[in-house]
Amino acid sequence: MKRVLLKQGAEAKLDKCSFYGKPCLVKERFKKKYRHEVLDRTLTTQRIKSEVRAMIRCRTNGISTPTIFMVDMESSSIYMEYVEPSVTVREFIANSQENHAGDAPLLALAEMIGRVIGVAHKNNIIHGDLTTSNMLLAPPNRSPEMPFGGNLLDEDPSSLELVLIDFGLTALEGTAEDKGVDLYVLERALLSTHPNTQHIFEAILAAYRSYNQQGAKEIVKKLDEVRLRGRKRTMVG
Amino acid sequence: MVIAIGFEGSANKLGIGIIKDGVVLSNPRHTYITPPGQGFLPKDTARHHREHALSILKQALEEAKIKPEDIDVICYTKGPGMGAPLVSTALVARTVAQLWRKPIVAVNHCIGHIEMGRLITGAKNPVVLYVSGGNTQVIAYSQKCYRIFGETIDIAVGNCLDRFARVLKLSNDPSPGYNIEQLAKKGNKFLELPYAVKGMDVSFSGLLSFIEEKAPDLIAKGEYTPEDLCFSLQETVFAMLIEITERAMAHCGSEEVLIVGGVGCNKRLQEMMEIMAKERGATLFATDERFCIDNGAMIAQAGWEMFRTGVTTDLKDTTCTQRFRTDEVEVTWRK
Repeated sequence: MKRVLLKQGAEAKLDKCSFYGKPCLVKERFKKKYRHEVLDRTLTTQRIKSEVRAMIRCRTNGISTPTIFMVDMESSSIYMEYVEPSVTVREFIANSQENHAGDAPLLALAEMIGRVIGVAHKNNIIHGDLTTSNMLLAPPNRSPEMPFGGNLLDEDPSSLELVLIDFGLTALEGTAEDKGVDLYVLERALLSTHPNTQHIFEAILAAYRSYNQQGAKEIVKKLDEVRLRGRKRTMVG
Repeated sequence: MVIAIGFEGSANKLGIGIIKDGVVLSNPRHTYITPPGQGFLPKDTARHHREHALSILKQALEEAKIKPEDIDVICYTKGPGMGAPLVSTALVARTVAQLWRKPIVAVNHCIGHIEMGRLITGAKNPVVLYVSGGNTQVIAYSQKCYRIFGETIDIAVGNCLDRFARVLKLSNDPSPGYNIEQLAKKGNKFLELPYAVKGMDVSFSGLLSFIEEKAPDLIAKGEYTPEDLCFSLQETVFAMLIEITERAMAHCGSEEVLIVGGVGCNKRLQEMMEIMAKERGATLFATDERFCIDNGAMIAQAGWEMFRTGVTTDLKDTTCTQRFRTDEVEVTWRK
């Protein structure tokens, strides 16, 4: 199978291809011509390493991520599983809101999101770019040979697996401050992409607390601090 | 036909501008410049504004060749900004509104920058990078609101540049950022600095502490020149800004990007943004120092848009606030 360009994101180019018969996503961090060469090389190397490390640490702690097949530092590319079939959480929420499906599926989804982030933070994994586009919903036992029958957008989310993707900005040691900012990024991404989802974020936080009991208190306090800083920062023209 | 006059004094620039249906008739400005190594303090800045308010107002009217009775609406900066300078400028606006018996409109400073940028460049629905001494935000319009997609979680990028200029004792004339830009052109040895991007947010305080601490030593030992450090600082902070802007563009699927705010007239920032935009097949819109840097016309323009959709402010509500977020304003004039 040829390499087909799927998307040029802000960070990298995404190609789809086949890796020994398996559907494969190639994430290539192409050179950013706008930034200084030294800075570009440092950032690219750093991010590939931490991305792969974080994905491996997630998987050993029971959080789904795409399987890594290979890393090629020469071309700054990571070869990983292409999660198929799947929908993004962004699509799922938008669909659910459009069809007035009620809050039940969204609250179930919030519970899953809270669990995944709670477990990640408990293990010192800071995702760094938690948006609803960076979370996928996919059937747990997926295989390209057995196409999924129904429409994932209308499934009960708890019958699906939440797959975390795009670890490009991940950090692997974290203070409560970093974790608080991680949650703040998610809150802002959620509220700016999906109007009227404050209660969904609250549900995410509730689940988060129960899966990261030890750290949650301090982290949520930090979250409040960051929120406050965001709103109260002196903004001189 | 509507003629609007705008009063801006949220920081160290006092600007009064007159706009007639999208045409800038006049836009004089006076900047309070402090000695090298010093920033501007609120009470001194307010004194500067009080001293120059009347002469700048006279100049604005003369250059525009209009009389007070031709004006339809008075616009002033409500915030965000420094308290004392804001209040001293708002006082002038309130006074002339009552003298001339004209309606008054309170304007958000950030919205002023965005609307002026749109007017001057003709950008339709851009992702906006707003960068100045007090603000660093990536903004996109959606549902009657300028939503903030990313921003600094501590200090503004302009503040970071200004404070490093103070370390180097660079002149504040015309602005510390301009002098850093000139030095940076002569630098070429790159020093790696902390790079802090979190999602669509950035942080500059760690980087500033790092370079503030290292700079005197590096320069004394002759390892890096002040030019190299300015160069490295600009390259790093601008790369962070371009990265979050690109991320917001990818997120919104936008093909236009607009840079506004005082740091926005930095040529290197514009150049880097242009390269990024080209790679994405997008278009860059930027303005020069007349409209990037705080000015009165931008307040007039935003006020003009508000007035056009029936917004005016009761005299008793013509207060100022130091904290006034971009996303607090209902954008009545856009679909």
